[in-house]
Amino acid sequence: MAAPKQINTTETEARIDTLTLPQDGWSAASRADAQSRLRAMGLPGRRDEYWKFTRPDALVQADVPAAEVFQSDEAPLMDGQPCLRVVFVDGVFDADASDDLALEGIEISRLADTSADIHWAQSLHGTLETAGQSPVARPLATLATAYATDGLLIRVTGQPDKPVNVIYNRSGDSADVMLHHVVKLEQGTKLTLLESGPAAARLNTVMEVDVADTAAFHHVRTQGRDHQRLAATHVFARLGTESIFKSFTMTANGKMTRNECVLELTGDDAVAHVAGACVGDGDFHHDDTVFITHDAVNCESRQVFKKVLRNGATGVFQGKILVKAGAQKTDGYQISQSLLLDGDSQFLAKPELEIYADDVACSHGSTSGAIDEEALFYLRSRGVPEDQATNLLTLAFLAEAVQEIEDEDLRADIETRMSGWLERHRT
Amino acid sequence: MLKINNLHVQLEEEDKQILKGVNLEVEPGKVHAIMGPNGSGKSTLSYVLAGRPGYQVTEGTAHLGDVDLLDIEPEERAAAGLFLAFQYPVEIPGVGNMTFLRTAVNAQRKARGEEEMSAADFLKVIRAKAKDLKIDADMLKRPVNVGFSGGEKKRNEILQMAMLEPKMCILDETDSGLDVDAMKLVSEGVNALRDEGRGFLVITHYQRLLDHIKPDVVHIMADGRIIKTGGPELALEVENNGYTDILSEVA
Repeated sequence: MAAPKQINTTETEARIDTLTLPQDGWSAASRADAQSRLRAMGLPGRRDEYWKFTRPDALVQADVPAAEVFQSDEAPLMDGQPCLRVVFVDGVFDADASDDLALEGIEISRLADTSADIHWAQSLHGTLETAGQSPVARPLATLATAYATDGLLIRVTGQPDKPVNVIYNRSGDSADVMLHHVVKLEQGTKLTLLESGPAAARLNTVMEVDVADTAAFHHVRTQGRDHQRLAATHVFARLGTESIFKSFTMTANGKMTRNECVLELTGDDAVAHVAGACVGDGDFHHDDTVFITHDAVNCESRQVFKKVLRNGATGVFQGKILVKAGAQKTDGYQISQSLLLDGDSQFLAKPELEIYADDVACSHGSTSGAIDEEALFYLRSRGVPEDQATNLLTLAFLAEAVQEIEDEDLRADIETRMSGWLERHRT
Repeated sequence: MLKINNLHVQLEEEDKQILKGVNLEVEPGKVHAIMGPNGSGKSTLSYVLAGRPGYQVTEGTAHLGDVDLLDIEPEERAAAGLFLAFQYPVEIPGVGNMTFLRTAVNAQRKARGEEEMSAADFLKVIRAKAKDLKIDADMLKRPVNVGFSGGEKKRNEILQMAMLEPKMCILDETDSGLDVDAMKLVSEGVNALRDEGRGFLVITHYQRLLDHIKPDVVHIMADGRIIKTGGPELALEVENNGYTDILSEVA
């Protein structure tokens, strides 16, 4: 048995002291509960096993490290295409830049709007996050559940004809932002949710997604190219019978990103795919932490994570598939791979399988490698210059993750961003 | 066209001399064949000319027209008009065959200061050429050489050659792994490209490929040198008697 975890009380209290717990509205009880759960577990410390490869200090400390705003021509995902745009600037809802929050097939409101009495959200808020704390604690998520200043509450009642496109812009050097989205897909409904933009100097988000039977949730996001920004994101989802959950994240730059995804397949025949492609240079640090629990029969889960690292960049992958007793016919797949473009970069991976059912197929693999010299020479021998050939092979490496995006236009959008980054980051 | 003078090559990693003074000149419009026993340095010669890493030229020169091949990068050699059909074409997962070919054609055009080919023009040309080589639309869409049979890979090499229209083509054991029908198809592809401005260097173990691609000149290579040069009859001699007689003759 591991020694009991030492609770990081001093830092936790110091952080809590800088924050105000909202007292009003329907979420107050859930937030107060989160605050006491947070006190009991403490914010992550350097000795935390779950933070072995990523130092939580900058995400935990009371003062937000200043992060210079990066000026770029980077456009939001699906820019100019039909979407319901919802814009936040430094975590503050920007009504002028956003579309009217109305779309056939969904009900959408804001966490900050405490005047409404939103029963469905009240019964969901914090519940998936709480469930996701076992067997591994995720205190930063609890922090956001307690203190998030805003977020979207989306109830899907039909099949809206366009995606909800959440755009996080930044204007200040020191915005410390916590957001909490609660999404409920009723039976047989569909939603595509997009997220993009740099968000804040320090961002901490929770998104809880309840996917009812036969509903389908598609999630595609890009994390902004601001290199200085820090981000900890948490997605918690519960999947009903024959439901679909697909999430893809692209990350380019960012000196600290921790993306946690915690999924529980509770209904038979559910499908969960979670994928990520990241490209990083220099003091880039990117951590994908995924925990998928199979608790129903004949479900499929896929984790596909690809990282391109150069000039000392660090990639981390902690991925687990837990197959509970009785979750027969589980089909679990997990792959995490890094392409190290030089000898200074590193990839730290901890793939885990824990299986209590006897009729399952689970596979996992993790590799680190360099550009294939044979393939590089082959391309060059056909006249493709070395830089271009390297980029082509790098994009090919990322392709398996990018292919996880179902929508062709979104996939093309991501591919363009990836190749743009590679063009700009030639050695 | 291709002029190789006293070429000495060793492996970079170990002190092992592979080529020990190769002299060879291929004129435009001509097909030269190189035959020789295993380990004689035939493939090394093709790789060194194409610029594959891992070899060190210790002496000698190789020119394509006025271009000093040994002084430039592999992609520059390709743009100058050199093409190597690989003995073992490389599989590149994730890169579509069509994307690969179009990137290559346009990269060469760009390097030569020519206008790039539009997607529509490219499609038109490649469809016609692929059809001649019995390469279907599916093979063009799939990742480069991934899941291709031996014959498909070699046909794909010839398709690349046809699209890139090089001045000097080196075929490294293009017949290896081919059945009779596939060899015929590949040979027809090569023969269709024969013209007075283009030179060929065909490396092979066996005479049978030369029944289809008729050479003007045949060289025998052994122990890193060309030890005998003659007409097409030299290939027949090898076919009938093996290399032993020729080797002992020059020893």
